Amino acid sequence: MITFSQVTKRYRGGTEALKALSFTIETGELVVLTGPSGAGKTTLLKLIAAIERPTQGSVLVHGQNVGKLTRGAVPYLRRNIGMVFQEGRLLFDRNVFENVMLPLAIIGMPYREAAKRVRAALDKVGLLEKEKAQPITLSGGEQQRLAIARAIVNRPAILIADEPTGNLDADYAAQLMEMFSAFNQVGVTIVIATHHPHMAQHIKSRELHLKAGVLQSSIQKDLATDAHG
Amino acid sequence: MRSLIAQHRAAAALTVQRMLAAPLATLLTLSVIGIALSLPLGLYLMVDNLGRVAANTQGQPEISLFLKDNASSATQRDIEAKLDAHAGINEYRFVARDAALKTLSKNMGLSDATAVLGKNPLPDAFVVVAKLADPDALEQMRKEMQAWNGVQTAKLDSDWARRLNAFLRLGRDGVWLLGGLLGFALAAVGFNTIRLQVLAKRDEIEVSRLLGATDAFIRRPYLYLGTLQGLLGGLTGWLIVMAAFALINLRVAEIADLYGMNFLLEGLALHAGLLVLFLSGLLGWTGAYLAANQHLRGGAAAI
Repeated sequence: MITFSQVTKRYRGGTEALKALSFTIETGELVVLTGPSGAGKTTLLKLIAAIERPTQGSVLVHGQNVGKLTRGAVPYLRRNIGMVFQEGRLLFDRNVFENVMLPLAIIGMPYREAAKRVRAALDKVGLLEKEKAQPITLSGGEQQRLAIARAIVNRPAILIADEPTGNLDADYAAQLMEMFSAFNQVGVTIVIATHHPHMAQHIKSRELHLKAGVLQSSIQKDLATDAHG
Repeated sequence: MRSLIAQHRAAAALTVQRMLAAPLATLLTLSVIGIALSLPLGLYLMVDNLGRVAANTQGQPEISLFLKDNASSATQRDIEAKLDAHAGINEYRFVARDAALKTLSKNMGLSDATAVLGKNPLPDAFVVVAKLADPDALEQMRKEMQAWNGVQTAKLDSDWARRLNAFLRLGRDGVWLLGGLLGFALAAVGFNTIRLQVLAKRDEIEVSRLLGATDAFIRRPYLYLGTLQGLLGGLTGWLIVMAAFALINLRVAEIADLYGMNFLLEGLALHAGLLVLFLSGLLGWTGAYLAANQHLRGGAAAI
């Protein structure tokens, strides 16, 4: 569960990215954050992962006030949060397999077990065939799928994604959203920020619409009876 | 526990891999460290060898009484009696001329002194150790003994040894000073090479932190790199000094041979060498720790 209470984030220089924001995301929800560029979507995601800290208010993740975490405790929070970034943030001096291996190396998982997990994650995103490839040789969509594999290999309880479909064409983007939906169905809490509101129209989700750091609306889209089911 | 060992092994493997990936840079860094270390080490060995020579002579306040060639055994007993009665004397010993020649040959590494000299040129002698080391009192005592019957020369022995010791102390101070300075330089070299490595791997560090890596995890490969660099640099310094001494010893042996002496400079003892390796490794580690921490706590702290 992720709870924002009266969260304000002011950057140095006075820019107010979020203004007294309050909402709750339940465990197992899939939330799509929408809004124009500069609405504060990225800041919101950064607050969840303690990449930034709130100026005022509190951010609770599984009951933990992440704004008050000590420096030493932050890594352990992040091990439970998978992150996918717009630009991928892949390591281009390592192959596909090694990129996905990194989160497991960080927690010190024995190699054999880790290798199995890496292959399972690559299989889920359809990149098992390319485990020896260098990321630079992958297409944009494949790079983004690789980033997702890296984010889920550690089986995090929460997955946050910032504009994951940003540079992809519509088909690829729809595929990616279905992938997120599949992870959500096995219990992962997912928060996706996007400025393409139509991206989430085919999956069951709740849309939080932000504008200039203020929550505008929260719309539940239940597609249980929809043709896309 | 097992995972920690695995992580350390992975960090060590990564380190070696990175060092081998840039062989020229690695070689140059190791040379810089090695040469910087070889200077104080070389000076230390020079001082140490001089000290070894000096140790054969006592630093105690000694007066040698060389007897006249024609001094009778009665005269000798007479002097003994005076020495026994003297209040300023700690102890004395009689050195017969034959025994003195043997000791001299041994001490100086002369293979056969009489072969060179023809006959024993040394007189009988008393070696007197005074109670006080005060130079004035010693000089007073020397003058008194010079006047005794049967004494050819009374000689104060301690002066040159004390001067040499003073110079050796100066040399040792120099070693520490030079060692300290170059040790600092070594840590600085370590710091700088690791800093460059850290900067080159900035993306990797940032991504690792986002994936939940602790500071310890991120630092680990750099600490290995710094330590390994220090150790190998220390080894290089050790080898440089050993090679230099082997070369110098060729000449020393030649010169010693010309004087009919057996003398060679001693290289770095094993325990001293290991100490150097330990210290250079420690300095490398320190430099790496500072460089990695500067990055982690500095500009990237917000991530």
